[in-house]
Amino acid sequence: MEVEVLEGIFDANEIIAAENRRLLDEHGVFMMNIMSSPGAGKTSVILAILEGISKEYSCAVIEGDIAGKVDSERIAETGVPAIQINTGGSCHLEAKQVNTALKRLKVDDLDVVIVENVGNLVCPAEFKLGEDLKVMILSVAEGHDKPHKYPLMFSESDILLVNKIDMIPLTDFDMAKLKETVTRMNPRVKIFEISCRTKEGVGEWIAFLKNVIAEKRKK
Amino acid sequence: MHELSVVESMVGIVLKHAERNRARAVKKINLVLGEVSTVMEEPVRFYFEIISKGTIAEGAELFFKRTPLIGECGSCGERFKIVDYDLTCPKCNSDDCSIISGREFRVESIEID
Repeated sequence: MEVEVLEGIFDANEIIAAENRRLLDEHGVFMMNIMSSPGAGKTSVILAILEGISKEYSCAVIEGDIAGKVDSERIAETGVPAIQINTGGSCHLEAKQVNTALKRLKVDDLDVVIVENVGNLVCPAEFKLGEDLKVMILSVAEGHDKPHKYPLMFSESDILLVNKIDMIPLTDFDMAKLKETVTRMNPRVKIFEISCRTKEGVGEWIAFLKNVIAEKRKK
Repeated sequence: MHELSVVESMVGIVLKHAERNRARAVKKINLVLGEVSTVMEEPVRFYFEIISKGTIAEGAELFFKRTPLIGECGSCGERFKIVDYDLTCPKCNSDDCSIISGREFRVESIEID
């Protein structure tokens, strides 16, 4: 006997992601999901965001890593609460883990939650967390050809931060080519060129982010 | 390791529907896997064997129907096969296009005894 099922395998995750979103919306909390390959600068970008907005907004960080708590310790040094999720070998965060973390953080005291996903350009793109903004980081040393290799991540992101632009003179990185490729895959993406080390371009990105957060908090 | 949690969800869905229909065994699982899904067939088969062990889905045949990446233009309504992830409409050149298939991974049906 054949039984019709018609159930998406990511449906369960998406139901919990929608629940997270409802919880955040109810409390007017803005959540962003930061994704990149390992070493592209996720933690540095988060530290720059915290420096830019944590005086105005009450922030918390959810750190996803396969093992260890190096990143959450770096965040905790700034005085911002950080929860470390160890995925124990799994290559991405899922909505359920974020749900548990949000409950531990007590969202009613918060304005902004920053999620640092596991360093990986593949799987995190498939798992919605309930975020308002998907931010991906590509660092210059990874090369401008990465969108061809990891199209889903580039086509799913709302924001592309090209980090470590101070390194461009040392490489053959072609910014125009990168922008052309990404825009063809994802016409609505916004691209910012930044260097967390020299702070070049960071101000523009933070100003944009403050606007988006303020818009959500108005609602 | 991506496929491990994916296969756990997949087996969960299969067993839920099998039990609902009082199945004694699941013979075949028909899956739809989009061309650009990050899920890969081989690791799914590998983890399925491990995760289904001892359940009524153990030994079931996995059939994958692959679906192409298709876009739809929000301006002129054209449906087109997306090549190289280029989301520009080939008919009217609009960039207001969305993906309508090719990313999915779902359990379409199961064959049970």
